[in-house]
Amino acid sequence: MINQSARAPSEPAAVTPKFHFAHHFDSAQTQFEANKLGIWLFLVTEVLLFGGLFGAFAVFRSWYLPAFVEAHHHLDKVMGSVNTVVLICSSLTMALAVRSSQQSKKGSTAFFLASTIALACTFLVIKYFEYSHKIEHGLLPGKLWHAEGFVYPQAKIFFGLYFMMTGIHGLHVLIGIGLIGWAFLRNSRSEFSSSYYAPVEGVGLYWHLVDLIWIYLFPLLYLIG
Amino acid sequence: MADTAAVVGAVEDARGTNYLNAERGIMSWLTTLDHKRIAIMYLASILVSFAIGGVLAMLVRLELLTPGRTIMDADTYNRIFTLHGVVMIFLFIIPAIPSALGNFLVPLLVGAKDVAFPRLNLLSLYLYWIGGVVALYALVHGGSDTGWTFYMPYSSKTAAPVISTVLGAFIMGFSSILTGLNFIVTIHKLRAKGMGWFDMPLFLWSIYATSIIQILATPVLGITLLLLVAERLFGIGIFSADQGGDPVLFQHFFWFYSHPAVYIMILPGMGVISELIAVHSRRRPFGYKAIGFSSVAIALLGFLVWGHHMFVSGQSPVASAVFSFLTFFVAIPSGVKMWNWLATLYKGSIVLTVPMLYALAFLFLFSIGGLTGLFLGMLAVNVHLTDTYFVVAHFHYVMMGGTLIAFLGGLHHWWPKLFGKMYDEKLARIAWALVVIGFNATFFVQFIMGARGMPRRYYDYLPKYQFFHAFSTVGSWILGAGFLVMLYYLLISLKNGAPATKNPWGGASLEWQTASPPITENFEHEVEAVHGPYDFEAALKGNR
Amino acid sequence: MAGQDTFWLPRAGSTIAKEVDFGWNLVLTVSAIFFLIVVGAMIYLVVRYQRRNENEVPHGPEHNTKLEVVWTGIPIAIVMVLFAVGFKTFLSMAVAPAESLEVSVTAERWLWTFTYPNGTVSVNELRAPVNQPVKLVMSSKDVIHSFYVPDFRIKKDVVPNQYTTTWFEATEAGEATLMCAEYCGTGHSAMLGKIVIQQPKEFQDWLDSAGADAKLPPAEAGAKLFVKMSCNTCHTTDGSPKTGPTFKGVFGRTEEMSDGQKLQVDEQYIRESIETPAAKVVKGYQPVMPVFKGLLNQKQIDALIAYIKTLK
Ligand code: HEA
Ligand code: HEA
Ligand code: HEC
Ligand code: CUA
Ligand SMILES: [Cu+2]
Repeated sequence: MINQSARAPSEPAAVTPKFHFAHHFDSAQTQFEANKLGIWLFLVTEVLLFGGLFGAFAVFRSWYLPAFVEAHHHLDKVMGSVNTVVLICSSLTMALAVRSSQQSKKGSTAFFLASTIALACTFLVIKYFEYSHKIEHGLLPGKLWHAEGFVYPQAKIFFGLYFMMTGIHGLHVLIGIGLIGWAFLRNSRSEFSSSYYAPVEGVGLYWHLVDLIWIYLFPLLYLIG
Repeated sequence: MADTAAVVGAVEDARGTNYLNAERGIMSWLTTLDHKRIAIMYLASILVSFAIGGVLAMLVRLELLTPGRTIMDADTYNRIFTLHGVVMIFLFIIPAIPSALGNFLVPLLVGAKDVAFPRLNLLSLYLYWIGGVVALYALVHGGSDTGWTFYMPYSSKTAAPVISTVLGAFIMGFSSILTGLNFIVTIHKLRAKGMGWFDMPLFLWSIYATSIIQILATPVLGITLLLLVAERLFGIGIFSADQGGDPVLFQHFFWFYSHPAVYIMILPGMGVISELIAVHSRRRPFGYKAIGFSSVAIALLGFLVWGHHMFVSGQSPVASAVFSFLTFFVAIPSGVKMWNWLATLYKGSIVLTVPMLYALAFLFLFSIGGLTGLFLGMLAVNVHLTDTYFVVAHFHYVMMGGTLIAFLGGLHHWWPKLFGKMYDEKLARIAWALVVIGFNATFFVQFIMGARGMPRRYYDYLPKYQFFHAFSTVGSWILGAGFLVMLYYLLISLKNGAPATKNPWGGASLEWQTASPPITENFEHEVEAVHGPYDFEAALKGNR
Repeated sequence: MAGQDTFWLPRAGSTIAKEVDFGWNLVLTVSAIFFLIVVGAMIYLVVRYQRRNENEVPHGPEHNTKLEVVWTGIPIAIVMVLFAVGFKTFLSMAVAPAESLEVSVTAERWLWTFTYPNGTVSVNELRAPVNQPVKLVMSSKDVIHSFYVPDFRIKKDVVPNQYTTTWFEATEAGEATLMCAEYCGTGHSAMLGKIVIQQPKEFQDWLDSAGADAKLPPAEAGAKLFVKMSCNTCHTTDGSPKTGPTFKGVFGRTEEMSDGQKLQVDEQYIRESIETPAAKVVKGYQPVMPVFKGLLNQKQIDALIAYIKTLK
């Protein structure tokens, strides 16, 4: 094995695309695999984080089914569906961005990343309108609740869960926008190429997960309640 | 030259003589990416946390010297035992072995230059610090008084500043997740050439199993704590009975994390013990694979038993029965380890060095702690014992008698490697004796009073328990004296300890093949594992 | 008394206690044996295999399938027995016999209230007949508490907005201590009560007469309430302070509150102290007194005031 002793350990890793790997890895390949494993593990923790919320939802839904059915009629199915489409599209553009960075196509990578950001923002804007409707109707949970006319008082719990789940999901979208923006910047500095595109791929994986979670949230909250 | 590390190529310049003096100045520490320096900063923070938690414990014991008021009122007492629990669990014991010893050793043991993600590693340390400060910030406002379990609905009703404590624990959870993630990737991807999974030292197996739990369980704690914060801020009602929520659900969520967390605490300790026993009896561990796989078995089974903390909470008897049944099954892999350690002593070449003394103390204390876990796992017996001092004694025996003793053993074992200095053997033996005696004096009586019905978290108690409480308090003074002696000789050793050789104990794993303390790059040469971590014959040849 | 405290356990005062103690003794024996094996083996091996020479590298066995099967198999078998024993008793704890006397229990910070089928209410004192199963249906008004009687080996959390149950059948007349075993704040360790087990006849008499105080003159009715509502667990009439201030000479006394305010004790203040104790807390004491609003009617409070006035 050829050893990289020439690289002094504390020297900053070279930024040239071909040799972009830190001194403690024996090859770029190892670093690539390590990063990928790291991201997958991170995604596992995300799944478990939401898993907790889904668990709580399942428990309360089984206890208070009629209340949940009643409450979910107050969600806007149209906005929810539009948002689902928006996110699915954004997953598509993200996947295309990964592909073009793999093929060293800087220009189209930039385009697809930008479209993903645009779609993510659209999602948040629609979410904003949804939230403000809810707030107008006094559906904020807990102390802020002042809605009336519910047959079942446990509708409050539904909205508690609704705001927690969509709120934390929204936060993930926000973080995703930041990450995609970061990838966009690095792309515009020509840091990616067919031999080094791991960050785009990593961000992509994250984004697909955020999308996937919504794919579960949407039917659960909006359609079946 | 160490014939075990095959020379592949030489690093041209190794600046400084070791990682400690490679660079100077506080900034060089705060911005370092070197896993060893990060480990040292963790070690220092963890010891400070332990001292804080310990002083709080001494206050708890002092208050309990007499029934009624001894030195403080009930509200203060409640805040102090809560803080004691929170500090000991979240700031001390969870990060203790993985973040301090693990950070130092994992790369060395796999023969790598660093962990897979050094920046993430530094970030974990900062998160740990931030979380610690946020958690302790509650102190400024008088401290939380919920107990370390934060049970609802009490924690949403109390006037105490619960949120900052909870957020602190939340942030430290992230730190724990990132550390676990880093270790898993490091162990998967950075093992030296020639080191297969079964050529790893057992410590790595235990760290690997621990990391799996950290990754799978901690996020659930995260979401639980977030829901608790939302409950306090907005009263979203998921856990509060007056709005149709369910306080018992909170307990399910909490223990879903916190039971696996007890294995986050003990597994690394068991890994340390496996190393200590092997090295100091100079013997390849009996049943290497059994020890390795039992770690993984504990990690996985540990996820299925959380309900044993809730036998009297009103959960259904069927659920309780399942949880009890599975609880007994997690005890089996721990038993397997116990037998394997004993069998490793058989036909060994045993020296009673200080680390070995700690290992033996571990076997003694952890048997008591673990076996009393069986009492608690038995449904009907648990009903009587739960929430009494029997539980308090159980968890101090496993956490302190188990993990802390293992940590101290590891600290004494790797101290020469960490700092290149030896410590005063004689004082170390005295401190060991004081700690073991003081510990048993403090906590064994708690089994008795617990079984006789003394509930935990009691500020005041019936006169019939006075003897036991007083005994326990006096025991805690012996214990405290032991730690003071330890503090003294360790500090002295840092300053004027005799220089340590590369391999003072004759260990065969990779960390002993490099200098004490190691250079920044860990090894002077690219490492290839040519003999196993327990091939003491080869190691001795190398030493000579 | 038949039941005796042993080294480990308090006296076995209920039918279930005897079963629990069987389980305890079983697991204690098993643990002691295993502990002795572990520690005995450890000491023997350490003494026997001391290092004799600096350079020796021993080669002991690294495997022994037979041995490993044995030391995994035997503990598995043993823990299955432990599980079964624990489970069996747990099942009998879970289901109260059909002929039980049903008492409802309310827990709140930091006091226990018991309501009997005939409407009689008692505070911090549960009376029950000997040799008769008693089923407790429990709920909390605020946070979680836990109903724990060590002598009976029973414990059950008392949860807000939920009903939990437990039961016991006392095997001898006498008293037992009730404790709160789930952390509930400042007064958690003061949330004690008394279980008084009486002969069925005595118990019936007490139950029948408990409502009779109404016809007494106020001061005398107050004296009874003072005991019945267990004011006496925290207040004395002889001048010595306990958890709360003494009632001797309290009427007309000038008290300093924890916020420094000074006031003279009059009827209005006593009424407030009983209904909302936390409103004004006497300096030097913890705010642990339970809220009696709703537990005492106006007439009873008047009676208590009348009684307190007589304590000079
Ligand atoms: C390091 C942490 C640690 C470890 C390792 C353990 C290990 C075990 N614990 Fe413990 N436990 C805690 C930390 C830990 N615990 C804490 C912190 C609490 C209380 C939290 C709170 O409420 O604040 C608690 C509480 C707790 C409870 C709930 C008590 C209650 O509140 O009602 C129970 C009940 O089942 C339990 C059981 C067990 C069992 C069966 C094991 C087993 O894994 C033990 C296995 C080990 C052995 C059995 C000994 C060695 C084996 C042999 C010598 C061979 C012979 C073996 C057999 C015959 C089986 N523990
Ligand atoms: C790792 C975990 C850990 C450790 C090591 C300890 C260590 C100790 N604990 Fe801990 N304890 C817990 C975790 C731990 N505890 C938890 C989780 C709870 C439950 C909290 C709850 O109910 O919510 C608890 C509760 C608890 C209680 C029950 C309180 C109650 O229920 O009312 C008691 C009472 O005796 C106690 C005592 C002690 C003592 C005397 C020590 C001693 O061993 C400490 C010895 C250490 C030192 C003395 C520090 C060393 C000091 C220096 C190096 C500086 C020198 C300073 C001096 C000597 C003053 N603890
Ligand atoms: C759990 C303990 C406890 C019980 C039971 C209890 N008290 Fe108190 N009480 C206290 C404490 C502590 C104080 C002092 C702090 C305060 O003012 O709240 C107090 C204060 C008072 C005071 C004001 C005394 C003063 O000196 O100013 C009155 C009056 C009083 N209690 C009446 C009662 C009555 C009547 C009952 C029974 C129906 C009762 N208490 C039951 C603990 C208790
Ligand atoms: Cu009520 Cu503790
Ligand atoms: Cu547990």
